[in-house]
Amino acid sequence: MLKIKNLHAGVDGKEILKGLNLSIKAGEMHAIMGRNGSGKSTLANVITGRESYNVSKGDVLFNNESILDWSPEARSLAGIFMSFQYPIVIPGVNNTYFLKAALNAKRKHTGEKALDAAGFLKLIKEKLNEVDMDPKYLQRAVNEGFSGGEKKRNEILQMLTLEPKLAILDETDSGLDIDALKIVADGVNNFRNADRSFLVITHYQRLLKYIEPDFVHVLIDGQIVKSGGKELALELDEKGYGWLES
Amino acid sequence: MSNEQQIIDESLTKDYEYGFVTDIESETLPPGLDESVIRIISAKKEEPEWLLEWRLKAYRQWLKMDEPKWAKVVYPEIDYQAISYYSAPKKKELTSLDEVDPELLATYTKLGIPLEEQKMLSGVAVDAVFDSVSVATTFKTELKKAGVIFGSFSDAVKNYPDLVQKYLGSVVPYTDNYYATLNSAVFTDGSFVYIPKGVRCPMELSTYFRINEANTGQFERTLIIADEGSYVSYLEGCTAPQRDENQLHAAVVELVAHKDATIKYSTVQNWYPGHPETGKGGIYNFVTKRGICSGDNSRISWTQVETGSAVTWKYPSCILKGDNSVGEFYSVAVTNNYQQADTGTKMIHIGKNTKSTIISKGISAGQGQQTYRGEVKIMKGAENARNFSQCDSILIGDKCGAHTFPYIDVRNPSAQMEHEATTSNIGEDQLFYCNQRGLSTENAVSMIVNGFCKDVFKELPMEFAVEATKLMEVTLEGSVG
Repeated sequence: MLKIKNLHAGVDGKEILKGLNLSIKAGEMHAIMGRNGSGKSTLANVITGRESYNVSKGDVLFNNESILDWSPEARSLAGIFMSFQYPIVIPGVNNTYFLKAALNAKRKHTGEKALDAAGFLKLIKEKLNEVDMDPKYLQRAVNEGFSGGEKKRNEILQMLTLEPKLAILDETDSGLDIDALKIVADGVNNFRNADRSFLVITHYQRLLKYIEPDFVHVLIDGQIVKSGGKELALELDEKGYGWLES
Repeated sequence: MSNEQQIIDESLTKDYEYGFVTDIESETLPPGLDESVIRIISAKKEEPEWLLEWRLKAYRQWLKMDEPKWAKVVYPEIDYQAISYYSAPKKKELTSLDEVDPELLATYTKLGIPLEEQKMLSGVAVDAVFDSVSVATTFKTELKKAGVIFGSFSDAVKNYPDLVQKYLGSVVPYTDNYYATLNSAVFTDGSFVYIPKGVRCPMELSTYFRINEANTGQFERTLIIADEGSYVSYLEGCTAPQRDENQLHAAVVELVAHKDATIKYSTVQNWYPGHPETGKGGIYNFVTKRGICSGDNSRISWTQVETGSAVTWKYPSCILKGDNSVGEFYSVAVTNNYQQADTGTKMIHIGKNTKSTIISKGISAGQGQQTYRGEVKIMKGAENARNFSQCDSILIGDKCGAHTFPYIDVRNPSAQMEHEATTSNIGEDQLFYCNQRGLSTENAVSMIVNGFCKDVFKELPMEFAVEATKLMEVTLEGSVG
């Protein structure tokens, strides 16, 4: 599904990713762990096409096609979703409107008919249940006045609604208390199937207790220095990152 | 070149959508202004002697006045002698659409306002002002049944001279300000509305303005009177063809709301804003709009969506004279490319328990410069007056500007005043967030801007709200940077 080859990328002329290789197949759950500044968020931003990030070398393939020239919205429409580490507030635009516009943009792209208000409401009510969110959130502006936990749940709600093929969860566990963490994890686990892939970016293995990864990669200074199964996360939790640094 | 830069460039090269000129024979006076010109205008319109005298008084006053320079706008000196003060399509006095010049009808179609369709479908009566003389008025008969007078100002002067004489200049005196005084001297036509006692006007009244004659200043005069216990909603909207030379527009609108009456005045303004790369050729819009809530419990509500013109100078105001009267001002103003706007309102509280609300939303993009200038004045006798003001600005890009000048003058200690103001910009993070959810940058901007304007748009009549949303899209297309 996703193939990253010798990726060199950075922001403001500073190289952050220094030859990263990663391959994610359909149905797999990968976790990327690393310290602050190791390049985790840069990787997420490069995959989703944020303009301020520049790729100097290497390639990113999605379903065997290079997507480096694609706009962020084209990547989204193709099925790449990112749950933001810091979800953005959009004052004046209510959640219903925002989500419906996003869903209908996607449906248009795949040749489906746009959902009308009633059809959308029916769908969104089911999804709200899955992340235990009150329907009154729908009437509020996007992320405005949301607590940290509400924002993260809102991200997962968007993921469940847009049904991406590849979901990147950037530090989704940060700012969540244990109850919210379980809700979010349940939402993600129920969403897992043989066709969907995940890239979970996290500091700690806390989230990985609830969302079991198939593979764990350690990112240090822009390169994956070690890969393994879920037990690697536990090992990191015990030993820290020091023993992997050269 | 970045994607956003490309979008900007595309928008800069996009021609004004409504930039076309209709080829209709006009009767036009040569440029220049003196007393003889005023006499000719008055004579052509077969006006009574008192009106000619009023015009001349205004003209003599105007000669003694100076053009105001306090607004935060910059434009080249206007040569008032280079303007032609009268232009009228030759064919006049039509009783049905069949008599209207087919080319004129085609123009309306281009603007998306087919009169026939509007007549049948939307229930909107249209008093179409084409250049300076009204050529088609619809729904007259139906309005007549309700006793509503709605027609051109010239007709009102002929048919209801007493009403006109009683109210003309009663809210905006001919001595009021440079542009209003000039208008008083040379106004050619406009709309006149009278709603009798206790009548709720059965339909939205609508005027579409269109400036169509090169070098012809437009001096519209609108007078709306809502008698005791009546209600009227009036819609004004306009687009203009592309021109190389600056076009001056100095309109005057006067509203009078008697006891228990309500006037709702909505404007969607989309005049040619000037060449997108130089700002050349756009409309100068120097308008005086004022309403008086003369009776108790009366209400005047101004709603405006200003997306056009090169320079806008406009402060729709309310004089709250009657006790418990209410004044409202809801405004969305957009300045893109080289547009400049200095706009706001004045709320003058005279009566007891008077209340005013000001919601102003300014959007600046490109090199646009925008100023909110508002005054709230609470006079001595205005016990328990209340005002709420909210002025928000949004900036798109880093070359535009937003400025706020709120003036508050309180002479009665029982007054309650609230003022809120915010300035924000559409951030790259917001756009990326929308993009990541599959929305294009243009859709994202439009969504964010419409969300920002929601509080004002919801005050517009339905058909205008749709038009306003579209106009915002056209005006801001690709302005992100």
